[in-house]
Amino acid sequence: MTTSELQFDTPSDRVVEGPVLQVEDLHVSFPSESGRVQAVRGLSYHVAPGEVLGIVGESGSGKSVSSLAVMGLLPSSARITGSIKFQGRELIGQNDAELSKIRGRRISMVFQDPLSALTPVFTVGDQIAEAILVHRKVSKQAAAKRAVELLDLVGIPNAAERAKAFPHEFSGGMRQRAVIAMAIANDPDLIIADEPTTALDVTVQAQVLQLLETAQEVTGAGIVIITHDLGVVAGFADRLMVMYAGRAVEKGKVDEIYQQPRMPYTLGLLGSIPRLDVSEKQALVPIKGQPPSLTDLPDGCPFAPRCPMVVDACHTAEPPLMDVDGSVEHAAACIRTNEIAATDAEGAEAAVEIFGAEVAGEPEVAKIPREQREVVLGLDNLVKEYPVNKGVVFKRRVGTVHAVAGISFDIREGETLGLVGESGCGKTTTLMEILNLQKPMGGEISVLGTKSSEVDAKRRFAIRRDMSVVFQDPMASLDPRLTIHDCIAEPMQVHGYSKDEINRRVPELMRLVGLRPEQLSRYPGEFSGGQRQRIGIARALALEPKLVVLDEPVSALDVSIQAGVINLLEELKSKLGLAYLFVAHDLSVVRHIADRVAVMYLGKIIEIGEVNSVFEAPRHPYTQALLSAIPIPDPVKERQRERIILTGDLPSPANPPSGCRFRTRCFLHASLPPEKQRQCIEVEPPREVQAEDHEAACHFAQIRQVL
Amino acid sequence: MAGFLLRRLVNYVVLALVATFLAFTLASATFDPIGVLQQRNPPPPAASIEAKKRDLHLDQPIPQRFVTWMGGVVQGDFGRTITDRPITDELGRRIGVSLRLFLLGITIGILFGVLLGVVSAIRQYKFSDYFATLFSFILLSTPVFVLGTLLKMGAQGINDSIGTNVLIFVGETTPGFQGNWFEHLGDRLQHLIVPTLAIALGQIAYYSRYQRSSMLDVLGSDFLRTAQAKGLTRRKALFKHGLRTALIPMATLFAFGFGLLVVGGTFTERIFGWFGMGDWLVTGISAQDTNITATVTLFVAVCVLFSGWLADVLYAALDPRIRVN
Repeated sequence: MTTSELQFDTPSDRVVEGPVLQVEDLHVSFPSESGRVQAVRGLSYHVAPGEVLGIVGESGSGKSVSSLAVMGLLPSSARITGSIKFQGRELIGQNDAELSKIRGRRISMVFQDPLSALTPVFTVGDQIAEAILVHRKVSKQAAAKRAVELLDLVGIPNAAERAKAFPHEFSGGMRQRAVIAMAIANDPDLIIADEPTTALDVTVQAQVLQLLETAQEVTGAGIVIITHDLGVVAGFADRLMVMYAGRAVEKGKVDEIYQQPRMPYTLGLLGSIPRLDVSEKQALVPIKGQPPSLTDLPDGCPFAPRCPMVVDACHTAEPPLMDVDGSVEHAAACIRTNEIAATDAEGAEAAVEIFGAEVAGEPEVAKIPREQREVVLGLDNLVKEYPVNKGVVFKRRVGTVHAVAGISFDIREGETLGLVGESGCGKTTTLMEILNLQKPMGGEISVLGTKSSEVDAKRRFAIRRDMSVVFQDPMASLDPRLTIHDCIAEPMQVHGYSKDEINRRVPELMRLVGLRPEQLSRYPGEFSGGQRQRIGIARALALEPKLVVLDEPVSALDVSIQAGVINLLEELKSKLGLAYLFVAHDLSVVRHIADRVAVMYLGKIIEIGEVNSVFEAPRHPYTQALLSAIPIPDPVKERQRERIILTGDLPSPANPPSGCRFRTRCFLHASLPPEKQRQCIEVEPPREVQAEDHEAACHFAQIRQVL
Repeated sequence: MAGFLLRRLVNYVVLALVATFLAFTLASATFDPIGVLQQRNPPPPAASIEAKKRDLHLDQPIPQRFVTWMGGVVQGDFGRTITDRPITDELGRRIGVSLRLFLLGITIGILFGVLLGVVSAIRQYKFSDYFATLFSFILLSTPVFVLGTLLKMGAQGINDSIGTNVLIFVGETTPGFQGNWFEHLGDRLQHLIVPTLAIALGQIAYYSRYQRSSMLDVLGSDFLRTAQAKGLTRRKALFKHGLRTALIPMATLFAFGFGLLVVGGTFTERIFGWFGMGDWLVTGISAQDTNITATVTLFVAVCVLFSGWLADVLYAALDPRIRVN
């Protein structure tokens, strides 16, 4: 391919003095029904040329609002004061026409949700070309050609052809690549990436992060990466800024913040994330309460109500960002930084010490050897297929989606099985089949020894008592028109509990999940996400089940809330001897909570076994790739890690590859000599025992440590 | 895509046939043209009543009457009215009158309705939005015969103040008007303005409400933000990316609005003395004339089905996501 006349400047060509972006005392507020929302309150930061600044915070901390302010994309109702200087030029007060000359040319942005970030009615190529055409006087053909080059650069195979596709024909990962192509189209000096990987699968997240690094190398731009995931920025960012309630509460070099956090909130954040690289049971730090309302902030430190180190002085005045002793660049907004510095422990361990987190004990039943415990749920070669139909009036079958293609596992009493895999691998279908309890298309589901294919409706109803479910989205899984009492009581009413019994049991369940029974007459809308998830758990426990199916129970929650819910689940398991089927895409959480883990790929379980064995000595290349894709919240480790980047997306389950289903994306397969490759193509690998309680389905399974 | 649209068209022919058959049967079963004839004073002689019965095929069973009538329709003969005038002759003229009146009114209604809706959405909760909302609700709640009368009064006022009859609001053309084609055109335009306004105003009010809400949906969307982040000004992003997407759900509305209005404008036609299709339907029913009723029904069916077809075409043109392979 010949390159078009539009080129990137080499980073050294540029003569820029001082920071690319300098934000001083930025305030942003919005009108709302309950008063003005002070979304950003006196934020100052800068980004040097070629530097990567990570902004970390929970939802509502003002991190996105402050970057939209830089772009000039806030709604007109926003009141913005302070100073935003881009390459020495003040942006606040500029009109839309002036800002639009900078936007996309000098500063560009990558958004969170790639599915909605592209206009559905224009082709991807046209949308990228448009970014060039608005800023440069080039012909349409030259811009279209450049768009194809950019798509190629961001790793879209067959770029010339794909440029003519519409956004809906692209997968999420590909769309995010297209958005990045758009962002680097004009060789910008600053790229703002707002949660660029949050909506993506872990394997795709690794691809996109690597692409952002490439983009930075190619353009030499400064990058602001906004995230709530401390893992994502650990290996990528140079400096970090932690935001809370519209202000920076700690900032400094990445290594320093991860090792010596000096603000209790940062400590809490670090302590609340489960670690993929820790084998012994780690205590998770829950930060109690919720972020404050930004309409009516109390005097004093906004974190004080949730802080374990709070003293009276914290309530008198909001602490400014002060330099931490012994470091010029590290600053924290806390009056007790010196005391935090005095603890010997580092990072997350200091958090455990200060917040006083505990590891939940093992349930009684776990002391009995696994083989002797009762099988709560057994899946034997379960199959679920969906027909692909064509035609409106006369439907004819043109294909089959093999959503679940024969999977087997069992869960014993008091044990947690984590089921992991990318979206589209069949996790949810498996879950639905289990909950449905009908006779499966193939194979067998048995609950507590009863086979689902042999039960009648009455027996099936009875089995449902022993099995309950907690859903992913706590906002959508509670009926907004029922009080909390009615929500929790409903399963008991259905199963014919007496009124007295229900009235006795509901407050008991509330206390069990850490909520106050006085709140029972309220409606779900009055509770936060974490509290609603607790209500969902209480409802699931109402019938005293043996097995709880958890469908991504914490993925919709903020990190600080997530830890509390995970701790609760562990505590309940040990108290009530529950068995969990824990479906998740977050392997760190699975490692933390699960005893055994099953990895799914395209409707098959490709590796299963005891959690430490699978995480520390993964045998299947897919598991290895999956594990290596997950960022670890430790900058030093993270920079040294070698990442296995999987190419492409999940193949369609309507047309899975022959032999080993993973071979089309397998790095091991690619490195094999042709005669061995033939085995992968022709023979489907069976699940074979690799070690004690550890099976994998790969012809050439070998241990590769990736953590 | 062309094949898909062609298949649709074939389906529609069947549907139109069914609709017409039902209307024909219903009309034949309930109308009593002979009864009307007998009530004349002095009553017509029995022989002529018998002849009329034969003329109208009333001696045949209804399905057979339909087949006879339909056989004529296929050859372009829609039968005769009770008063023994050929329907076909009048049909063309009446369709022309209706289309002239409504095409212009609807086109203006759509254009300004979309514009008003977009402006309302962009300036949500500002004065212009409230004003547009008030305007729409007043118009939507005004029956067309009130609006028509008010417009007539307004036009009369303008004519009086100018001193000549610039705006003419009775009929579609001046009877016995002499002049060249250009003068004819001017005369027709003078007749057209007031009734067109009566139709367009209601349409503007109606479409602007829908356009406002579909535009509001798009205003908060991420892709609009992406377009601005690329360097498009807000105005450009709104029109190129926003309006283009917000028009998709409007396509069905436009298409069916057209189909239904061509015959739904009975009141408008009557108020302004335009003898179009809507007027004809009322005439046909009051004269107990099956052939007129069935003809107008067939026309309605064709209009509605054509609108459906047009909606499909518009959708496919506007939204790449639903294009059929």
